Amino acid sequence: MSLDKSVVNVSFLEVKVWRGKDDGELVSYQVPGRENQTVLDVVSEIQRSHEPSLAYRYACRVGVCGSCAMTVNGMPKWTCRTHVKKVMDDGVLTIEPLRNLPRIKDLVCDLSPFIDTWQQAGAPFCGTKTRHEAPANIDPESKARKAADAGLQCINCAVCYSACDVVSWNKDYIGPAGLNRAWTLVNDARHGERQSTFDKAFGSGGCGSCHSQGNCTRHCPIGLSPSESIAGLKKSALFGLPKV
Amino acid sequence: MERSLFLTQRLTAMALGPLVLVHLGLILFAVKGGLTAEEILLRTQGSVGWALFYGAFVVMASIHGPIGLRNVLREWTDLTTGLINFVTAGFGFLLLFVGIRAVLAVTQTATQISG
Amino acid sequence: MHPLRNHKSYLASMGHRLSGIALTLFLPFHFLLLGSALEGASELNSLLAYSQLPLVKVAEWGLVMLLGLHLLFGVRVLFLEFTDWPTFVGREADRRQGHLVRVVVPSVICVLVLGFLFLIQAW
Repeated sequence: MSLDKSVVNVSFLEVKVWRGKDDGELVSYQVPGRENQTVLDVVSEIQRSHEPSLAYRYACRVGVCGSCAMTVNGMPKWTCRTHVKKVMDDGVLTIEPLRNLPRIKDLVCDLSPFIDTWQQAGAPFCGTKTRHEAPANIDPESKARKAADAGLQCINCAVCYSACDVVSWNKDYIGPAGLNRAWTLVNDARHGERQSTFDKAFGSGGCGSCHSQGNCTRHCPIGLSPSESIAGLKKSALFGLPKV
Repeated sequence: MERSLFLTQRLTAMALGPLVLVHLGLILFAVKGGLTAEEILLRTQGSVGWALFYGAFVVMASIHGPIGLRNVLREWTDLTTGLINFVTAGFGFLLLFVGIRAVLAVTQTATQISG
Repeated sequence: MHPLRNHKSYLASMGHRLSGIALTLFLPFHFLLLGSALEGASELNSLLAYSQLPLVKVAEWGLVMLLGLHLLFGVRVLFLEFTDWPTFVGREADRRQGHLVRVVVPSVICVLVLGFLFLIQAW
């Protein structure tokens, strides 16, 4: 076995990791600090070298799949793209499961309530054309298309859902990701159920509950702005659905 | 229902904005030298303008405040929505009643100004 | 403070909410006081006499500031909800966050000025 040179003469990180379910506890581990190290690297190292039974989720490791979100020093983060150096707090790294979701074990949450909010927001796309018809002709420069484009690319990581205080107060609240999705559909000329999606997004637990605190926009790892999408939905309640 | 309440809340807010500005200006003007009933009543009694102004203020505030309280109670307490609706609607009618009574009290000419 | 709440738009949202609760609960008493004029100016005057008490004056000063604060934070909400957000270039998320908080500090300063004006008028 070759010597890992990056570990020689290296300082150790103090890492506290949530173990167990709701009545679990933070357990400390000493992990070698490295020049380039993500939070997910640290969790993986703990699982491989210290605690084989540690439960956590990840898949792509490059910020595409949205599986690895955890609470890092109190903030929801995509751990695969979060450098340890940028989030260290007095040399300590505290890693817990996401907020606002039921815990399963260690760092793993049950994401079903989050996924359910997408249905609640009228998220499924309803096409109106068959394969025999020509595709819709959409002007990429139109205001509605730009609004829809701005909200696409969500990776469903649930960071915004976890960051939102309104979700923590009101479990019926759809939350930022579902409402952001609804706004993209309301602006999509090809979507056959625009009014129905809008009605669902404004139902009980809908966008009227948002307080524009902006935590979703602050924490979205890929720089989307659910706050702005929700504001768009609210605006449509006064001025009518956007023209597509 | 949620959308109607949301819109009502925002529309009353838009109406209350200028009303509050005028009210704040009046407070700064009136509070000098202390508040007396004579000063207040001389300004308001028999004035259709102030009656309409504060009448509108009372109506808007009686709608705006209880909807806000409803949101707070729904988010910060475990009370059922039915109970919250009942309590906040009742509070709204109470505000409307004592508010209109207050506007009438300070604007109607029948009240005698006495020492 | 929890790190998720340590920012200006949280402050604005919470300031808006708490001032709203206080103002709404104060309203019935305000209306009852003015309604006492139904029983004549002297009745209203005897109640207004309390407004000379220092503690009541401080409470009035607080209410005036809360009303100003609720108004300005409410204007923030209306602008965020009913106007188009500026188109941003560069680091989008940061700029959008900036749009959410831009009016918070000016609002607080305006309210402090309002409170100061009330103080020099009332004393």
